[in-house]
Amino acid sequence: METKFLKIANGCAVSRSEIPYLPFTDFCDTALNIVKDGGKVVHYFAYKDDSVIKLIAVLRTDELLIATTDAPDSYPSFTTECEQFHMFEREIAEQFGINPQGHPWLKMVRYHPNYTEKPDIFGNDYNQDIPGNYDYYRVDGDEVHEVAVGPVHAGVIEPGHFRFNCIGERVFHLEIQLGYQHRGIENLLLDVENKRLPIIIESIAGDTTVANSTCMAQAIEALTQTDTDKGSKIIRTIALELERIANHTGDLGALSGDVAFLPPANYFGRMRGDFLNMTLLICGNRLGKGVVRPGGVRFSIDNDIRQELISRISVLEPQMQHVIDLLFETPSVRARFEGCGNVSTYDAEKLGLVGPAGRASGIQHDIRRDFPTEHYPDIDISGYAEPTCDVYARARVRADEIMHSINIIKSLLANEIETQTIDFGNYNLAPSSFVVTLNEAWRGELSHCVLTDDNGKIIKYKVKDPSFHNWNGLSMSLRDTGISDFPLNNKSFNLSYCGFDL
Amino acid sequence: MLKTLKNRFEQGYKTTSYPKTKIELVERYRGLPDINIDVEDDIAKICAAACPQDAIDEHKKTIDMGRCVFCGSCERLSEEKFVKFTRNFETSTSRREHLITEGSLPALAEHSKKHFKKLFGRSLQLRQISAAGCNACEADLNVLATPFFDLARFGINFVASPRHADGIVVTGPVSRNMKTAVLETFEAVPDPKVVIAVGSCAISGGPFRGSPEITEGLESLIQVDLFIPGCPPHPLTNLHALLNFFKS
Ligand code: SF4
Ligand code: SF4
Repeated sequence: METKFLKIANGCAVSRSEIPYLPFTDFCDTALNIVKDGGKVVHYFAYKDDSVIKLIAVLRTDELLIATTDAPDSYPSFTTECEQFHMFEREIAEQFGINPQGHPWLKMVRYHPNYTEKPDIFGNDYNQDIPGNYDYYRVDGDEVHEVAVGPVHAGVIEPGHFRFNCIGERVFHLEIQLGYQHRGIENLLLDVENKRLPIIIESIAGDTTVANSTCMAQAIEALTQTDTDKGSKIIRTIALELERIANHTGDLGALSGDVAFLPPANYFGRMRGDFLNMTLLICGNRLGKGVVRPGGVRFSIDNDIRQELISRISVLEPQMQHVIDLLFETPSVRARFEGCGNVSTYDAEKLGLVGPAGRASGIQHDIRRDFPTEHYPDIDISGYAEPTCDVYARARVRADEIMHSINIIKSLLANEIETQTIDFGNYNLAPSSFVVTLNEAWRGELSHCVLTDDNGKIIKYKVKDPSFHNWNGLSMSLRDTGISDFPLNNKSFNLSYCGFDL
Repeated sequence: MLKTLKNRFEQGYKTTSYPKTKIELVERYRGLPDINIDVEDDIAKICAAACPQDAIDEHKKTIDMGRCVFCGSCERLSEEKFVKFTRNFETSTSRREHLITEGSLPALAEHSKKHFKKLFGRSLQLRQISAAGCNACEADLNVLATPFFDLARFGINFVASPRHADGIVVTGPVSRNMKTAVLETFEAVPDPKVVIAVGSCAISGGPFRGSPEITEGLESLIQVDLFIPGCPPHPLTNLHALLNFFKS
């Protein structure tokens, strides 16, 4: 397709001067056309270049496309034509005070003052306690009532506010307000010494440690023209798949617990720990903190560890299959999972859902196949064919991915893995450059962008967790669903609060 | 039904015998640091400069475990001449300053407050507050409820309401946006109550120290009774801390 946007590759740096710098109307028209033709928004954000505020969009068709433009103070909202822009425009408005006129639901994303001198677009005074101090969406009617939950929840989980508008037990709409965990990560990354970068990146979302640190490492490697050896690519791939298995396993356990079928809940919970302990075996940390650094990996998988991993997996693989069968073959489980919390393929496309949640609604996209990095070009990633769009589909996709990931790991462990471990990496970044990296984290498309100035200093570090796309999917799934099915739907998505809040 | 039973049989009995018998964690696990205070100044200096958490005092030759994320860089850089991480996961303390260590810690059980043991030794109900960390500390607290650790067998539970709790367990650096929720939850717990800070974030701001969006640790808001260091602390570190601090 002919386009004014530039084609770029996943994880390949380009000079910023190569990025098409379009007049705003061209930028707007082209971006909207690409998305209307089925394109997806990977990134759309504002950044400060000297004192000028610019907008940048990275879109995805079967390739990655990019362009930039000067940011107007306000402009007609893209969201009115393409829903996918909805959260991105809110973020831009919050960070840089740029007004997307006519945005259907312009409200705060993370509750913080903007990065400019401009007045706050929401009229907030951040010296006051802002969270919760906001007019929630309301449905009026004699029988309508609201249920408010959070930020502190009943379990050991992250904070967020959920507001249900219900009639009796049925949910009209669920409004989700996050931001409680905002730590100012993107700005912190611009201020700190290089030695802190990997530690902060690993702590964006602990359950996505490996994927985030892989995104960051690939970005820094691209900006320093560093090659990594084959062994480190394999180890990163193994670590990513272990992360996927552990999280999916935990969630299947939680889903089982939520329909009060306790045996699999306990077995999955225990097996999740067994997979975390494999990561512990590799790097000394159950979440994979410390495995990946720019330039490679910090820990090898020597033959002893390799054999130990193989033997643990050979015990776990049949157990996993049996517990999965137990879960899905139990009629009372099926009765609760099936038909619960539908998100149609149409809605999922419009919202731009990614990852297992997207695949469960019939969107086959998987970065491991579509834009593969690390060892994935050599791995066959098949599609998942259970798009029944409900809790059942979201659980089934996860179960299938667990077994598939186990196979990937087994095949990667079959041969000796030779690698040169590194400790720190090189941070002498190419000046005036841009790079975007995408990886299929266990929740879906995770992506980082890095922009440098003339001196090679990072001027914008953008992180996009897959949850940024998918929280609205959870809201949609609750429409016209019984409120008591909220926990089930919530677990079937299990989105990240801290990855979203940054 | 048959399937359920078959699975039950295959899964077996998995609960750990800790603390009755000792547990060895894997080789690469990094627990309590063993520090050589006689190391050459140059080596200590290099480690201090490279420490991502600025947790090393190169003059006193100490590590502040409340800041440390146990990345192991100092151990590698000094080729174990300055720091070597042991597999000892029993690293919690009742005083913040005890976390600044040259390699040894006071026995936790002896430093815990007697009345806590008396009050909570047989039943301890805790309310967890997640306050802007990375959710890994929460995850490794959550696993205490799985069959392997089975926290409830010690009479310790995480409860849904602060009204039912004897204390709070806070994770995360307490973001500006969570401050009120933390304080209000603390208020809602009836007296006498305990406060436990879990993880480098809750103790010192952790990886996020310096950000204007966080408060840099729980202690700047309320008095903390028990500090559990780590990023995140291993579940056994949490278990050890709870058992030693509260059980006689
Ligand atoms: S292990 Fe702790 S003290 Fe050593 S370098 Fe890492 S953060 Fe610093
Ligand atoms: S201390 Fe470490 S593991 Fe715990 S919440 Fe903070 S960053 Fe995450």
